[in-house]
Amino acid sequence: MNESEVRERTRKLLEEIHPDTEGVDHVAFRTAQFNHGLAMVSYPEGLGGLDLEPKMQAVVNDELQKNCKVFYESLAINPIGIGMGMPTLLTYGNENLKKDLMRRIFTGEDIWCQLFSEPSAGSDVAGLAMRAERDGEDWVLNGQKVWTTLAHISKWGMLLARTNPDVPKHDGLSYFLLDMEAPGVEVRPLYQITGEAEFNEVFLNDVRIPADRMLGKEGQGWRVAITTLMNERSALGGGSSRKGGGPVALLMKILEESDAVRTASEQAILEDKVTDLYIRAELLRLTTLRAKASQRSGNPGPEGSVGKVAQSELYQQVWEACISAIGDDGLVYEPGYELRRPGEGDDLRSASDAAGRRLTAKYQLLRSQANTIEGGTSEIMRNILGERVLGLPGEPRVDKEIPWKDVPRG
Amino acid sequence: MIFEFTDEHEELRRTVRQFLANESDENTVRELMADVRGYNPDTWKRIAEELGLAGLIIPDAHGGADFGLVELAIVMEEMGRVLLCSPFLSSAVLATSALVLAADESAQAEILPQLASGETTATLAFSEKQSPWDLSGLRMAAKADGDEYTLTGVKSYVLDGHSADEILVVARAGDELALFRVAPDAKGLTREAVAPLDPTRKLATLEFRDTRASRISSGDATKGIERAIARTLIALAAEQTGGAQTCLDQAVAYAKTRLQFGRPIGSYQAIKHQCADLLVEVEFAKSAAYNAAFTDESDGDALSTAAAMAKSFCSEAYTKAAKRNIQIHGGMGFTWEHPAHLYLKRAKASEMLLGSPASHRERVAAAVGIGSR
Ligand SMILES: Cc1cc2nc3c(=O)[nH]c(=O)nc-3n(C[C@H](O)[C@H](O)[C@H](O)COP(=O)(O)OP(=O)(O)OC[C@H]3O[C@@H](n4cnc5c(N)ncnc54)[C@H](O)[C@@H]3O)c2cc1C
Repeated sequence: MNESEVRERTRKLLEEIHPDTEGVDHVAFRTAQFNHGLAMVSYPEGLGGLDLEPKMQAVVNDELQKNCKVFYESLAINPIGIGMGMPTLLTYGNENLKKDLMRRIFTGEDIWCQLFSEPSAGSDVAGLAMRAERDGEDWVLNGQKVWTTLAHISKWGMLLARTNPDVPKHDGLSYFLLDMEAPGVEVRPLYQITGEAEFNEVFLNDVRIPADRMLGKEGQGWRVAITTLMNERSALGGGSSRKGGGPVALLMKILEESDAVRTASEQAILEDKVTDLYIRAELLRLTTLRAKASQRSGNPGPEGSVGKVAQSELYQQVWEACISAIGDDGLVYEPGYELRRPGEGDDLRSASDAAGRRLTAKYQLLRSQANTIEGGTSEIMRNILGERVLGLPGEPRVDKEIPWKDVPRG
Repeated sequence: MIFEFTDEHEELRRTVRQFLANESDENTVRELMADVRGYNPDTWKRIAEELGLAGLIIPDAHGGADFGLVELAIVMEEMGRVLLCSPFLSSAVLATSALVLAADESAQAEILPQLASGETTATLAFSEKQSPWDLSGLRMAAKADGDEYTLTGVKSYVLDGHSADEILVVARAGDELALFRVAPDAKGLTREAVAPLDPTRKLATLEFRDTRASRISSGDATKGIERAIARTLIALAAEQTGGAQTCLDQAVAYAKTRLQFGRPIGSYQAIKHQCADLLVEVEFAKSAAYNAAFTDESDGDALSTAAAMAKSFCSEAYTKAAKRNIQIHGGMGFTWEHPAHLYLKRAKASEMLLGSPASHRERVAAAVGIGSR
């Protein structure tokens, strides 16, 4: 199917059901989008796709954005489910799991979360300690996860656990799909820098997972996890999908609206900085397009870390520049730091007027500090780029060859 | 969709790379650096005849290959990788573009075929010290003298100005900007090579004293010259991308083999992470240069914004890569012997040529509405 046929098919979808119509919500619209194969065009027919090249998805999105006031960003609907769950499920799930779960991820009916990190295993996630032991047709899990974004509203969790502590760390891991409503799963909020709790600690106490909810084989969990992580990084590093869009658009608007007192040279320096950030944001978008054009199919590779490093550091600078543009009024933080779940109280992420834009920027100045940590820290990304892309030698390792149980932890 | 190089593009890249590997090795570059002319006329002849690159962007009516910006960017990127010493930028890009975009048909018919065949080279003399890269600040005004004109004044930083066979000059004619042609041996013209920061690309100062010139453009040539400069910016950005890639390659290769404290220095994160940062810069530089090269040339505003974006970004990326490459090589990187300094000089000089990164950001700012209040 070529570009114009994909456009045609998208227009047909919109004739059948239009997201701007009253009463058509994201579930209804995205169910139809999925059934037409326009959810993930590179996926097989019946699983939300049409077996096309991945870059054709941009054509669909372009057509939707052009013709609809309402456009559902996948990463807002179900960030972890769509960005990471779907590709992992596609690559490693059995046919039943794919049929049962894929559509509900795309529509956002089932929110997904990622249960990898633990108190003693963050960057070194392959060193994690949560135990999974076989008991009849089930696996029984015990241990603690941490920083689990969205766990409090998730139906499914992608979970990495240790099935064999007597082999080196990478070899003893297996990958499970956890029903977050299963008995023994306890989710507690963790409050962060903004006072919000996007993430959680999750305790598992004799939780049973049926054996057919393992993705990949026993002991091969690390390979599956890599697929999840590569997709996470490329999802966190894609930049804006529109020219001049994303956080930089907000920065430009804030600068335009700003009546802060500045000297002429302060203003000139600020404008140069803003332009530099505009250019970098545009190059991030273009670099993503370039990577997509050369990706024929399958999962992203280590070069996805280019976008992850670049985007996280760029956006932090963009939000800082927003505060410079706002000026001294940046000393005031209107929402306060009341501890709460996201969505309770003011919506700090989307802004429709000048005051709202300033608020978003102030909030994001704080929130964006996580960008260089979540999904793999910038240091780890640079290790990956250095070793996996440029082929530089690794560091001497003390933990690679010995059984996991003998590795020091802390 | 954008950014798709075709098989023909890849073939062009391979051919040029192969040729340059043989004809522009480090020793050759060093020899030509020390030469006043700064390039090897025999090699230039072969570049014109065997590869057809002298006429790469010359229309086929005038004996060229009639290619566009994408092919130009590919060729420049390859030339930048090996610091080719040649009049390609001055003659085949800048002067050629000025002729194609601003000159009268008869001048084109007279000059372009000879440029395409490699028989002659040309340069465009436009920058003046008090306003080197901004056409609106040019002061040199031509004096009408019957059908002819005379020129008086100084043009600075003229690429290959001391060696070019054809001298094209941008000067005012009344309230218009016009393109003039001056004979290389014209009376009242002195051409003096300057000692360039980047010895792999020669510059000259051209002084005109009542020098006879023929006007080869009609009407105001500002738009055409601006477009020619935009093309040159894009070509230069592609060249910078190629140079930055070489710096990264050299740094990575050295980091893999140099041992200190019993292991390769590339296994230390302080070094590894610098290389990773350069990888990001080089990838972004490619995006900037290719994006500009793939811009539809009929949209002048889009072209000049994309050119300004590419030139500002690729300039800084190249300089950063060249500096880091020296640092990663330690004392060796500071020596005359090692090629790292050649790249730093090319990087820094090309960063300044045709306008600083900040000046190009100012253009981007104006174009996208980051305006002064
Ligand atoms: C907002 C947010 C949301 C998150 N959501 C999730 C989620 O949904 N699911 C999930 O599983 N996890 C999640 N995480 C966890 C995240 O993946 C980890 O925080 C991250 O991998 C870092 O681990 P850590 O916090 O243990 O820090 P550490 O690994 O202890 O790192 C501390 C510091 O040491 C550096 N460091 C560590 N190892 C190296 C090394 N080899 N070389 C150089 N420097 C090194 C790090 O770069 C960092 O600067 C989230 C984190 C945040 C902030």
